[in-house]
Amino acid sequence: MIEVKNIVKQFGEQTVLKGVSTRFEAGMTNLIIGQSGSGKTVFLKSLLGIHTPDSGTISFDGRIYSELSNDEKRALRTEIGMVFQGSALFDSMTVEENIGFPLKMFTNKTPAEIKERVDFVIDRVHLVNAHHKRPSEISGGMQKRVAIARAIVNNPKYLFCDEPNSGLDPKTAIVIDNLIQEITQEYNITTVINTHDMNSVMEIGEKIVFLKNGLLEWEGSNKEIFKTDNAAVTDFVYSSELFKRVRKMYLEDDVK
Amino acid sequence: MLIRYLSQIGKYFIMLKEIFNKPTKWSVMKQLILKEVDDLIIGSLGIVAFISFFVGGVVAIQTALNLTNPLIPKYLIGFATRQSVVLEFAPTFISIIMAGKMGSFITSSIGTMRVTEQIDALEVMGVNSLNYLVFPKIIALLLYPFVIGLSMFLGIFGGWMAAVYGGFTSSPEFITGLQTEFIPFHIAYAFIKTFTFALLLATIPSFHGYYMKGGALEVGQASTVSFVWTSVVIILMNFILTQLLLS
Ligand SMILES: Nc1ncnc2c1ncn2[C@@H]1O[C@H](COP(=O)(O)OP(=O)(O)OP(=O)(O)O)[C@@H](O)[C@H]1O
Ligand SMILES: [Mg+2]
Repeated sequence: MIEVKNIVKQFGEQTVLKGVSTRFEAGMTNLIIGQSGSGKTVFLKSLLGIHTPDSGTISFDGRIYSELSNDEKRALRTEIGMVFQGSALFDSMTVEENIGFPLKMFTNKTPAEIKERVDFVIDRVHLVNAHHKRPSEISGGMQKRVAIARAIVNNPKYLFCDEPNSGLDPKTAIVIDNLIQEITQEYNITTVINTHDMNSVMEIGEKIVFLKNGLLEWEGSNKEIFKTDNAAVTDFVYSSELFKRVRKMYLEDDVK
Repeated sequence: MLIRYLSQIGKYFIMLKEIFNKPTKWSVMKQLILKEVDDLIIGSLGIVAFISFFVGGVVAIQTALNLTNPLIPKYLIGFATRQSVVLEFAPTFISIIMAGKMGSFITSSIGTMRVTEQIDALEVMGVNSLNYLVFPKIIALLLYPFVIGLSMFLGIFGGWMAAVYGGFTSSPEFITGLQTEFIPFHIAYAFIKTFTFALLLATIPSFHGYYMKGGALEVGQASTVSFVWTSVVIILMNFILTQLLLS
């Protein structure tokens, strides 16, 4: 469980986060939505300590990040898996080496055991024919999947994904969403996902946090997001005709 | 302005300290070091050999052409070549060239990792990214004195070739010159400089790459800035060490 209290993050004059508080439960897929530029990435990076918040606290199952020593921070980080918006794969390594990297660094597994585990996660993210390629030699969608594989290979306790399925075709996007939800439940991971994808919101949004202008505008589940009459949320989530109709049908169904 | 420079220098020393914190697993580090030796040391041998041989030759020819007074003995060609190659050309001049070659390679490779968030990815995993990226470079550059040793040898060899085959002097005379007034401490002086420059070559370009901000454009700018600063600091250290050790 991650508890966020009142975090504020400024860049020079611009205040990107103006005091956001919320909590993310373990075993649940927590989604952060909001317009492009609303601060989702900054929020996620502040949780991870890549950005240091100007004020506020973040606690990982009771461990308050800002109060940990450097060694404790590093130890905590080995429990974290992160999928960056731009994948952030190591371009000097092959796909296989990228995925095996956390194992090589932080476990005492033998090369054979690492290989076995890497093959297992490669299979789970549906990557084919990529083992020995370099990140620059595979497509953007494949890079995303490699990044996901690398994030989950060492069984993280906390999983952060910045738009894990942007750039994926709808079918693979759903596969990835379901994969993330599956492992979240299976290993009781605290998962936080930034997304633009309304499909993901409907499919796996067990908890949704809507950021607007640096503030938490609304939070709730995907069931509740159909019913809310918060104008900012409906305006954002149901901006397409298709989703407006989906919502209408859902609400009519509900009445019956 | 001054404050900015001072804070940069402070940041540089904090970085140096952080490099030696929380070391990376030895089995991983070993491979990283071998890779850096390959990229930085082995990869530089060709250009260093080429430059040293020809510049050594030019030094000998220039000296010979300027020794028009028949009273000055010809063995001075060998002497002058040795002094300039061993004392300045190999340690300092080659290091400036390496500030361009190794330095821009280091800054751009670390800078690219910074802008594509690979450094963030390392940190998020709990890796000490400074140790992971910079420490192997420092260790690899412990071999840098061999590069400079090679440069000294080839510089003098080039001088000998040019002097003898250019008909300026005879081989025994040149060799007499090489042995004239040989001061062993000069070799020590040259290698103390080399060693200092090696540390600067590993760390200043790393600093510029590691702390850069922006995108691909800024990676290019950082490489240029890093070259300028590495050479400025090398020249300054050269001056300071020469004052301290020789005067
Ligand atoms: N390192 C930084 N320095 C300065 N400003 C930044 C930095 N990172 C982000 N910002 C600013 O913070 C704001 C929020 O950016 P952020 O990347 O969090 O948006 P986002 O919600 O993730 O958008 P997207 O959905 O397009 O990824 C932007 O206005 C951006 O300019
Ligand atoms: Mg973003």
